[in-house]
Amino acid sequence: MTDATTTTLPGNLTAQGTKKRAKVKGSAIVMGLYLLFLLLPIYWLVNMSLKTNTEILGTFSLYPHDLTFANYITILTDESWYMGYVNSLIYVVMNMVISLSVALPAAYAFSRYSFMGDKHLFFWLLTNRMAPPAVFALPFFQLYSSVGLFDTHIAVALAHCLFNVPLAVWILEGFMRGVPKEIDETAYIDGYSFPRFFIKIFLPLIASGIGVAAFFCFMFSWVELLLSRTLTSVNAKPIAATMTRTVSASGLDWGVLAAAGVLTIVPGALVIYFVRNYIAKGFALGRV
Amino acid sequence: MEKTVNQKAWFLVLPVLVLVAFSAVIPLMTVVNYSVQDTFGNNQFFWAGLEWFDELLHSDRMWNALGRQMVFSAIILAIEVPLGIFVALNMPKKGFWASFCLVLMSLPLLIPWNVVGTIWQIFGRVDIGLLGYTLDAMGIDYNYTQGFIAAWTTLIVMDVWHWTSLVALLAYAGLQSIPDAYYQAAKIDQASRWAVFRYIELPKITGVLMIAILLRFMDSFMIYTEPFVVTGGGPGNATTFLSIDLVKMALGQFDLGPAAAFSLMYFLVILLISWVFYTVMVNLEKRDGV
Repeated sequence: MTDATTTTLPGNLTAQGTKKRAKVKGSAIVMGLYLLFLLLPIYWLVNMSLKTNTEILGTFSLYPHDLTFANYITILTDESWYMGYVNSLIYVVMNMVISLSVALPAAYAFSRYSFMGDKHLFFWLLTNRMAPPAVFALPFFQLYSSVGLFDTHIAVALAHCLFNVPLAVWILEGFMRGVPKEIDETAYIDGYSFPRFFIKIFLPLIASGIGVAAFFCFMFSWVELLLSRTLTSVNAKPIAATMTRTVSASGLDWGVLAAAGVLTIVPGALVIYFVRNYIAKGFALGRV
Repeated sequence: MEKTVNQKAWFLVLPVLVLVAFSAVIPLMTVVNYSVQDTFGNNQFFWAGLEWFDELLHSDRMWNALGRQMVFSAIILAIEVPLGIFVALNMPKKGFWASFCLVLMSLPLLIPWNVVGTIWQIFGRVDIGLLGYTLDAMGIDYNYTQGFIAAWTTLIVMDVWHWTSLVALLAYAGLQSIPDAYYQAAKIDQASRWAVFRYIELPKITGVLMIAILLRFMDSFMIYTEPFVVTGGGPGNATTFLSIDLVKMALGQFDLGPAAAFSLMYFLVILLISWVFYTVMVNLEKRDGV
């Protein structure tokens, strides 16, 4: 009996080994194909942004034969182009600050206390995330025009609060639930007042949560076009709107368009590494 | 977690309430107000009652847009959910390659929506785009601005490209939380790969998956920017989804009454379906005791 087991065991092991290796290879192929599918269109955009217009339209090449940075230089030196980025950044940062400062106390309340109507309120917040921007485009336009805020950065920042405040509340609530309640109680026994406890002890504890919420507010405000385009005309025009206008006006400057597109991907790509483990949580409104 | 009852917590919620009321309730009331009135310009309004709603319910325009929207969302969900789970199952579990995949997969999610449109607009062009050029060279008649099938396929592939990673990332997060002991038990029972998926992995990620489906449904139902950039709603009305039609009506033709009635019904449909998803989600959470 013992003989039999000793002789069959190594064979089993090697069989398992090859099987495992084959499986790993299979998933590597699947992932490789999927990532190729994801990156190919992006590569094509980058590729085009580094070509001259004659090369784009004249020849079909898989990589730029006549490498040029002229498209990027055009954008970075022309005020009507780079002001688009500045405008976008201004309202995005404003929105981020507003969203976080109102969402922090609210998320704390939702995570720690139960009060009258809390569940309904929480769901009602979510409904704002479900609201189609198209429904709000016209009323926002009229509301902000009537109070004289049309074409200002703050108008877009406030409009984006529609979906970013619920988002921030939900994400922060998700993180705050992970902090044990005993910490609050100990702090109160030690004589901390609520504001002091909140700022000195609680906020540092959920620092990563605040970072993630800030990132997602930034992202969703950055990628939105419909509302920001409707609420601005000249002074606060976002880069996204600048892009669409150029397409319709000249229609031919593909190189500059591609370069502008690449530049809008950069902010997300720069910080993505730091939030990689929280990406799922952020997109799922803190529910994972 | 046990929560203490404290009505004063309302004060902490108040800022959010005021802000959201300003940015959601006031505009929504404006919409309700318009939906029951008619105007002949000059800011003169007349009570129209439920006329617009009545007209809308009998117009082909809205039903067609709603139909297209439903078909689009259904196709999107049918492709992205299984594909997302499949990708998540194949992702590396830890180490450098896990981070590598996470970062690259998140990339499409962070691209501004009109740039997503621009990317595919360029990518699909027969003269300068890799996809269009390749299909054309293979002898396939492909032109997303004229062909009905080409336009739909482009939009669907674009959305799959854009959002499948979201489903995959959520499913991946769900899979990561399954304790190793489950897999060991399955190994002892000599469970097949399919049995492991069907009886261990799938039940464990149902909650996360519901969130993914809810988000994908909501966002695909309100899609505007990407199809607007790529096809502009054409050819004809082939890809005119609800949002595109609504913006055309409200900001293009300035038909306030019908547009407002349209908005309200649109919002109600989304709310209704999302509420169903949400209820299912909450019940699942209760069952699992999360």
